[in-house]
This record gives sequence, structure tokens and C-alpha cells, in this order.
Amino acid sequence: MATIIEPTLARSPNSGAQPLLSIRNIAKSFGKNPVLRDISLQIAEGEFLTILGESGSGKTTLLRIIAGFESATSGEIWMEDARLDILPPYRRRVNTVFQHYALFPHLTVEENVGYGLRVAKLPKEEVANRVEQALAMVKMTAYAKSKPAKISGGQQQRIALARALVNRPRLLLLDEPLSALDANLRRQMQVELKSLQREVGISFVFVTHDQEEAMVMSDRIALLRRGELEQIASPREIYGRPATAYTAQFIGHTNLLQGEVQGGVVRCHSLDWPVGLPDGPVWFSLRPEHLRVVNLAVGSAGVNVIRFRGRVCHQAFHGSTDLLQVECEDGLKLSIRTATRENWHGELELEFSPEDAVAVRKSEEKV
Amino acid sequence: MEFPVSAARSTSRWLPWHAIAVFSFLYLPIITLIVYSFNGPGVGGFPPHNLTLDWYRMLFVDDAIWESVLNSLKVAIAAIAISLTFGIPAALALDRVEFPGKALFRRLVLLPLILPGIITGLSLSILFHDSHVKFSILTIVLGHGTALISVATTEVFAGLQKLDRAQEEASLDLGANYWQTFWRITIPNLRLSIIGAALLIFTLSMDEIAVSFFLIGRDNTLPLEIWGRLRRGITPEINAISSIIFVFSLIAIVTWYRLRASAEAKVEIATEFETTVQG
Amino acid sequence: MFSRTYRAAITVPPLVWVAVFLLVPYALLFCYSFWSVSPNQTIVHSWTLDNYRDLFRVNVYLQTLFRSMWIAARVMVFSLLLGYPLAYYLSFHAGARKELFYQLVIIPLWVSYLVRAYAWKTILGSDGVLNTLLQYVHLTQHPLDFLLYSPFAVVLTLTHIYTPFAFLPIYASLEHIPRNLVEASHDLGASPFQTFWRVIFPLSIPGVLAGATFAFVLSLGDFLAPLLLGGPSGIMISNIVVSLFGAAYNWPLGAAISLSMLLLVLALLVLSEKVERKWSFR
Repeated sequence: MATIIEPTLARSPNSGAQPLLSIRNIAKSFGKNPVLRDISLQIAEGEFLTILGESGSGKTTLLRIIAGFESATSGEIWMEDARLDILPPYRRRVNTVFQHYALFPHLTVEENVGYGLRVAKLPKEEVANRVEQALAMVKMTAYAKSKPAKISGGQQQRIALARALVNRPRLLLLDEPLSALDANLRRQMQVELKSLQREVGISFVFVTHDQEEAMVMSDRIALLRRGELEQIASPREIYGRPATAYTAQFIGHTNLLQGEVQGGVVRCHSLDWPVGLPDGPVWFSLRPEHLRVVNLAVGSAGVNVIRFRGRVCHQAFHGSTDLLQVECEDGLKLSIRTATRENWHGELELEFSPEDAVAVRKSEEKV
Repeated sequence: MEFPVSAARSTSRWLPWHAIAVFSFLYLPIITLIVYSFNGPGVGGFPPHNLTLDWYRMLFVDDAIWESVLNSLKVAIAAIAISLTFGIPAALALDRVEFPGKALFRRLVLLPLILPGIITGLSLSILFHDSHVKFSILTIVLGHGTALISVATTEVFAGLQKLDRAQEEASLDLGANYWQTFWRITIPNLRLSIIGAALLIFTLSMDEIAVSFFLIGRDNTLPLEIWGRLRRGITPEINAISSIIFVFSLIAIVTWYRLRASAEAKVEIATEFETTVQG
Repeated sequence: MFSRTYRAAITVPPLVWVAVFLLVPYALLFCYSFWSVSPNQTIVHSWTLDNYRDLFRVNVYLQTLFRSMWIAARVMVFSLLLGYPLAYYLSFHAGARKELFYQLVIIPLWVSYLVRAYAWKTILGSDGVLNTLLQYVHLTQHPLDFLLYSPFAVVLTLTHIYTPFAFLPIYASLEHIPRNLVEASHDLGASPFQTFWRVIFPLSIPGVLAGATFAFVLSLGDFLAPLLLGGPSGIMISNIVVSLFGAAYNWPLGAAISLSMLLLVLALLVLSEKVERKWSFR
């Protein structure tokens, strides 16, 4: 397996062929409680899509609806040209890797992996061959005869993966499979999962609340908030061009600035710069790494920068960088990410390029 | 777990019917018994007619029955005392102390629950006979106490699993000795288990007949009094007292169950609180 | 953490009680089973194996023992047949009403054995509710004799009494099955029936064994139901023991039979525990 991960390419959902999965206006309420409201999205063949959201965003419910463990209150799901949502889970060509693995305790590892194949009444030889291949793919061949209780969490997770993939589903669903692992193992598994997906070529739908994880692994990220699709785009785009304030804050750190546009110029606290926006109030997302400390820079970044002064009120060491909290004359507080230095104090001269301030929609206010 | 509409559910359609059938099987005899306690002509005969409260009236002036009820109450309360006095330490010992013969002890304590009552009753009666102990209320008390220690032990042991050991450690840390900690911390935390156990022991003791059969002296407990009359012939008065027993048992068990449920709810709330506080 | 006095205080009293009131009585039972009774009704304390020989030689004892085991076996099977689907229904299909139904099942368990056995006696008699009902609706013309004072009545009553006993451990083991295993099985293509057979049932076997053991063991040693409802053809081994300790006055023989029953029951319990452990996958 290659150890260099190729940069992820943005895949547009309509790159020629018909999408693999088409989710159309799916809504779900539990009693009077709406959990999903009108979700529509499409998943392409061979794509790694992450459904990202906080707890309560509806991401797990959406996954379970795709798997067949819940039925939607309204809406349809199509897989290629057949309706998926009217089928029970055991007739869908979809398999799931469960959050706590759900390995069968009374079966050995190989019996677990071969379960779906045996249920489908495939010939014994074929079952044995495919199980062997699957175990080799997740590097668990040595544990074939063990019982799940005797292997570690990380190993159980691989078995859960093998058990799902051995059935050659059209779509693999992963319900926060890495959340029970510790940090280092988690990072390792992220890389392995991504390579696996490339190798196998099946579409993966991955659910997580960890935005870093989403950015590392996905071809596209679908951000869910309170049952609605906030934004769906590639990691770079969702990071660099967040559509809403929520997205900007959920993914990575950001500074949210409020301003007023008049006559093609925005006034934001004591700063102003020209923008091509209609008159009225506007919000900007400005990432901490886009604010530069002028004294450190090798000269200034050049023309077209906004400059201002601020006083350091807090500094946090982040290994290779520092995250500074800076207060400006008008009381505006900003976070700044900069190269690390032992001691920051006093007044700094700061600058940013106006194109790095991305205009975002302010979604209905929530805490 | 709901499936989309077209999922085949035919195999599970007979399950509710089976459940209804089993519940009917379990309850119809008792309901019949209660109905016939109001039946004029007596037990048997269908349909019931001439409904009357006569049998209950007869019951209320039946001194022998009430004497046996009093005896049963005495026995039950004494049984609770014995079972708790020995059952609570037993549960603590099983939970906290390693001692030789622990595995044997655990099995031995639980045996009377699983063994047919005749074995417990007979072996105890041999003991009393050979020790020249007169058969009386006392021997019945000793029999019930022995048989029901396991109930106290099981309930308290379960309660101990939910007890936060750190509370006792905190008590010791703050200067209380073992005895004080036991009374101020351990027992109050086990309150619900103890009450539940007491309720269960009370009900089981009041109904007990298999063991008591072999330990009886001159005075009857309620079940033995009924048993004696049954050997002589059936009267609906027995239906009446049986119905009353049923109602009391029903109340006792439902109360026990509710206590259990609220104890569990408290644990859930406590652990939820912990996890929210820890973020 | 606990001082020696504390540990002694919680260990010694229960141990002493159990030794006096459980171990010693069983030991006495053991001794008596090897003694004999003299013609003038006194216990002879000389050791002999006669009682055990009698148990196996005298026809009526063996016959009664086998009949008791046959009755116990039927009670076990019927209790399981009634109890398992009920437990399954409650655990997997009852949803919000699960708690209520569970209470409904355990209530009969705690209502006096005597009350329930008596109820059946009044129902099954020739003038009883069932017979008169059947005649009332003209399904039969004469009372059915076999209903009462027969092994049938004993099996029926004991099944009624021990079905909740069988239900409890089965329900507990079903409840312990993580629901995501069922989902995983469906996810992998197994229909609900296949899921039951391949996943749910195997994981419930410890509960089934425990329930079966309870029902069998408790039925085997029962003496009250046969006395009330068994008639001459429904006598069970415990009734013989009771009479040996009563009118028939042969304590040693009675002790021998009791001890044999005790050993049989213990053997069954140990065996079932071993098998349960093999089938428990924790």
C-alpha cells in the first residue's frame, strides 16, 4: 500500500456518470421531534463522503436511514435507478461498520467475517477464500480463530471493517468507527481507512463529529446542523470558502467580524476596505493564520493589506505555532496564529489581505 | 426497531398471540378463583351465580384463620430480622473479603432457593428432632430465616455493586471508623435494597409452605391452616382468603418492583450527572 | 482497606449460621441414610447400604422416581415452550409496554403456590369450573375424569407455577444481547428468522439452560401438587419421602431417597453451570 497519500481531488457529484446514491428530500421526526429536515444530496461512485455534525445534528439518523434501521418520515432514497428506502436492511447492497463494532461474541473472527456470505448461502470454498482475502486486507490473518473478546479495540474495528467489505457492497457506511480509539491509533486508522477506500474503490459514507478527521479523510464533507445540510463541499473549499458563520466556526478556528457595507466599501470596526457586495450588514470569517504580525514578516505582504495595531492579552503554545489573543483600540478581539515565540507582549502591528476575509451567511443564531 | 414497510414480518405476527395465551394461562385460574369466592352455591359449577359476600363474612369470624394469620405475621417479621442480620454481612463478605471456602459458601447460601423445599425442610427437621428442640413457631422461624437469607444476600449484593466505594473511603478519610461508616454511609446507601429484600422476604414467608410443612408444631401458619382445611374438603371460604392473599401479594410485589425501578433511575441520574460534569 | 475485625464481623456470623442450619442438617441426612430402623420403631445407628439397595431394588420406588422425572421433564419442556417466546416478545417486540408486561409475568411468581394449586383443583374437578363449563356449552356430556387426580393435573399445575421461573433467566439473557448485534446481522443480509437462529438464540442458551434446570429440579422435588391433584397415579418421589418420615416411619430410607434426590439435583446444577459457562461469551 502506498504510504504517500495523494491530494484529494474535488469530485463534483455530476462528473459524468449517474450518482450511486441519491437522497431526495429526506425528513425524519421522532414523535413531534424533527431530527432531519429536507435533506437532499448525492453520492458519487467511489467517493469518500463524510457527514459531519455535532451530536443532535441528525448525522447518525441519516446514516441509519440509509442502512435501513430507521425509515424516513418522508422523502426517498435511490440507488442508481432503483428505490432503496423501501427495502429492509438485509436486502440492500449496503453494509455498515458500527460504532462499537457489534462483533458477534459467540463466533470466531473468521466466522464473523464470513457471516454475510454464509447467510447468502455461498459455497464453502468461496466463503473461505473471500474471508481469507478480507482478513489479509485488514492485516488480521493471524487472529482468524480468535474470539472477539480476546482482541483489542483497534483490532475489533478492523474485523468489523473486513466483515462489512467482504460482502462487496455498493456502499459502505461507517458510524463514528474511530471514536473509541485513542489519539495515535486514531490517526493511524484514518490514514489506513483512506488508503483502503482508494484501493477497494467503493463509496464510503463516514459519520463523525470530529472536523479534523473529516478534513483528513474526505473527498467531500456534508456538514449537518440541526437536521439541515449547512454546506457540502470538498475539505479545502469548506475550509477556505465557508458558506455560513456556523461552518466557519465549526471547521477550524476563525474570527467572525461584523461590518456594514455602504457604497462598495465595508466598514468593520475601525477598518474599511472595498468589497463588491450590496449595501447592508455583512459578516466575515477571517482565519487566525491569515492575520500576520508585521514585525515578524519579511517586510509587509505588499499592497492591498489592511493594517492595524493590537495588544497581546493572551498567548497559547501550540507546538509549532502560537495562538494569540489580541485586543485592538476599539475593543475588537482577534485570534492570531503565528510562528512561535517565547514571549509576546505589548503592542503589535498586524495586517491581513481583504480577500482572506470571506463573507458568510449568518444562520439563525444558536448558542 | 422499525423496518420499511415491505419487510416480512409474518414470523413475528404470532408472538403477541402467544403472549396473550400465556398471560391468560397464568391469570385465568386466579381470576376464576376470585370470581368464585363470590359464588353462592360454592366452588365449581358454571356459570357463577347467586353472587354473595357470605364467604367473606364467614372468613371474618373464622378465628382459626386469623390466629394463623397472626402466626404467619410473627414468623414473617422474625424471618426478615434473621435474613437481614445474616444476609447483609454475607453480601458484604462476598463482595469484599477473600476467605477460604468462599465459593462453597456462595453456593451453599443460594441452595435453598434452587432446591426443592422438601430437602431444606426435612434436613432441618432432622436437626431439630435430634437436638430435642420442640417443633413450634420457633422452628418455623429458623427454617424461613435459613431459606430466605439467600434472598437478602442477593438483593443486597446487587445493591452493593451500585454503591460507590469512594463514599466509604471518604468517610474513613474524614475520621469515621468502620462501625460508624457502616451505619452512616453503607447502610443508608443500601436502603432501597434492604427495603426491597424485606418486602420480598415478607411475601415469601407469608406464602411459604414446603419448608414449613416439616417444621410445624401446634400452631399453624396461614398456608398450613389452609392446607389442613383443603385435606378436609373445599369450601369457598378458602377462595375468599386466597383472593385476599392474592391482592396483598400483588401490592407487595408491585411496590417492590417500583422501588427497584426508582433505585435504578437514581443510579442513571447520578451517572448522567457525573458524565455531564466531566464534560 | 477493611480491618480484620470488620472482615471477621461480616464473615463469621453468616458462616456460622450456614454451617449450623445448612451443613449440619445435610450431614445428618447423610448419616441417617446409612442407618436403619429397627422393628420396634427406633433408629439403629449401625452403618449399612441397605437403604440405597432398597431404593434400586424395590419396584415402586424406582417406578415413582422415573414417573417423577418424566413429569418434571414435561413440565420443563412446556415451561420453556411457553416461556421462551414470551420472553422474546417482551425483549424484542414489546417496546414501551415491556416494563408492564414484565411485572405481569412476575406477579404470579410471588403469589402463593398454594393459592395457584388450589385454583387448579377447583377448576379441574368433576364438578369443577372447566367440566361444568364444557357441559354447559354442550361440548361434553359427562365430566372428564382425567382432568383431576392424574399426572396430567400435576403437569398442568406445575407448568403453571414454573413457567415464570423458566421465563426469568431467559428474559435476562435476551435483554443482555446488545441490539446492535441484531442490526449488524440484518446489515449483513440475514433475515429476521436467520438472525434469530444464528445470533439471538445461541446467545440466549445460558438463560434457557438456567430456566430449564429450575423448572426440572423444582418440579422433581415437588410434593404438594401431587398431594392436592395427583391422585394415586400422580404420586411423586417426594410424596414417598414424606410418608416415610410420617406414617410409614422409616427415616433412614427417607433420608436415603432425599439424599439421592439432593445429589441428583446438585449434579444437574453443576452440569448445567458447566454447559452455561461454555455457552456464555463474555
